[in-house]
Amino acid sequence: MISLNNVHKSYVTGSNSLHVLKGIDLEINSGEFVSIMGSSGSGKSTLLNILGILDNYDEGSYYLNGSLVKDMSEKKAARLRNELVGFVFQSFNLISFKNAMENVALPLYYQGVNRKKRNKIAEEYLDKVGLLEWATHLPSEMSGGQKQRVAIARSLISQPKIIFADEPTGALDTSTSYEVMDILKEINDDGITVILVTHEHDIASMTQKIVRLKDGRIDEIIKNGELKNFQHQYAKELETA
Amino acid sequence: MFDIDKWQEIFATIKKNKMRTFLTGFSVAWGIFMLMILLGAGNGLSNGVSENFMRDAVNAMWLWSGRTSIPYQGMQENREIRFTNADYDILKDLEGIEHTSGRYYIGGNLFSYGSEYGEYSAITCHPDLKDVESIEIVDGRFVNQVDIDQTRKSVVLGKDIYDALFDGKEAIGEYVRVNNIPFKVVGICKEGGGTRHRNAYIPVTTGQKVFNGSNRLHNFALTINAETIEESQAIENRVRERLARKHKFDATDESAMGSYSKLEDVIQTMKIFQAIDIFIWIIGIGTLIAGVVGVSNIMLIVVKERTKEIGIRKAIGASPASVIGLILLEAVMITTIAGYIGLVLGTGLMEGLNFIVEKQFEASAATNGGNGETLFRNPTVDLGIAMSATLLLVIAGAIAGYIPAKRAAKIKPIEALRDE
Repeated sequence: MISLNNVHKSYVTGSNSLHVLKGIDLEINSGEFVSIMGSSGSGKSTLLNILGILDNYDEGSYYLNGSLVKDMSEKKAARLRNELVGFVFQSFNLISFKNAMENVALPLYYQGVNRKKRNKIAEEYLDKVGLLEWATHLPSEMSGGQKQRVAIARSLISQPKIIFADEPTGALDTSTSYEVMDILKEINDDGITVILVTHEHDIASMTQKIVRLKDGRIDEIIKNGELKNFQHQYAKELETA
Repeated sequence: MFDIDKWQEIFATIKKNKMRTFLTGFSVAWGIFMLMILLGAGNGLSNGVSENFMRDAVNAMWLWSGRTSIPYQGMQENREIRFTNADYDILKDLEGIEHTSGRYYIGGNLFSYGSEYGEYSAITCHPDLKDVESIEIVDGRFVNQVDIDQTRKSVVLGKDIYDALFDGKEAIGEYVRVNNIPFKVVGICKEGGGTRHRNAYIPVTTGQKVFNGSNRLHNFALTINAETIEESQAIENRVRERLARKHKFDATDESAMGSYSKLEDVIQTMKIFQAIDIFIWIIGIGTLIAGVVGVSNIMLIVVKERTKEIGIRKAIGASPASVIGLILLEAVMITTIAGYIGLVLGTGLMEGLNFIVEKQFEASAATNGGNGETLFRNPTVDLGIAMSATLLLVIAGAIAGYIPAKRAAKIKPIEALRDE
């Protein structure tokens, strides 16, 4: 599903160049539930943005669903984003003047689905995340957890193959975080690949595969079976901290 | 383009961003509104003044005789110049002259009918005076050629004289005494454009005969066939030269023969109005530019404000074209509707003003016997001009929206998303 080969990315601001990703090689298969971890500045959000075609990369190659993503026109990228992937952001990124149902329905608008039909589908997805009665409410009238659930419904409505979540629980308290993670887990159970970025170990430990980044390189990849090990290491890190 | 869904999306956006919509719309509506008022006021002033001018024939010219002030061909200055009927015949056939009327002054002018009497002016004239001074006939007829030829004692009374002497009774066919000589009333008239109608007209030949004028004339009233100052001056010069040759005075001697051409004045005044027109246009264009700048400014802010929204839309699959289309269509729609509102309000105001002006005109016309005084008439604007101005603002708004929208649509969604 996802194949990265020696991907580099630098941010140039004036005369300064910040080398964020220094050669990433990564394979993610269909149906995986992956978390990307790392301290701030390790390049985890950048990596996710590149995976989600929200940002471009400088060197290397990235294959998404078998096709090379490089120097893509915005139009083509927009179509790929629309059909193949869904996004969940830390800051929700709902459109403030649209109500929950309209926000959820928006990706279908760009697929050319008519209003009546897409609003009906949006209601189904809102029902799935348990917010049907909030359909006509504006984002400003909802709690963080509710907003994130609306965002998840929106990311699912186009029936994507992959969900990218950038710190989906970053702005939420623990119990809401767990609710959101439960939903993501259900999505994954339906066969959709879920890739999330987090810096919280407890969130990461709910996934099946953890990619740890350090200074723009992959430090280690912890697979499902080794999660116990991970827990141990997590405890050790707490001690040193 | 005419996909209902797209319009629904735009309407939804407009409905939920009322302030932004109002500000954009207001600057457009205001610009058009001001332009309509400016141009309308200019037109109204121009129409009013030219109407005042049109009361006498605009191409009228007057000639009067005096005494020479320049010695000529061995003759001393201070020699009296006298016009005669022969001059009338010369002028009548001169090239460039349409209507000619001579006048012989008669003194006294006491009018009486029965026991009513009053002091009025009796003007002797040829039939053509009717055209030169735009005299309106209320009843009967004006002086005609038969009156002239047969030196009939006919008189055409001004409305005021008729009112004073006859007080509503039938006057045509009655005899009025002018300086104790009976004249038959053949018509009742009004001065063109005047508010007082205290002149009576009698055939010039009758005047000369009855009041011992022999063949003498004091002045001439003409209309000339000219459209420019140059043509008017050429005709005036031709008249002066012709009469100077006959009466042996220097053609440049203004005191031997005075002349005045109304057309020259009219053209001068029209030039002032052209200047005012240009001035109004400059202000109008200035207003439009202010409107364009206002719209552009608001569009820039709108796009800036929507950067994050654009980022979100792009992240969930909006193509750059759809983003630009969304912003542009919204801008065009708001400016078009607002422009139309400005147009309607401006036109409405000017039409309302027109209504009041016409009412006042009618009121003053009623008291002055059909001739209202006004400096302001028909203050309306050519719809084509108003439409083009609106179109200009719409296009300006579209361009002002397009440039930042294109930039916003081009940047990576992640950068747009970071924008707060």
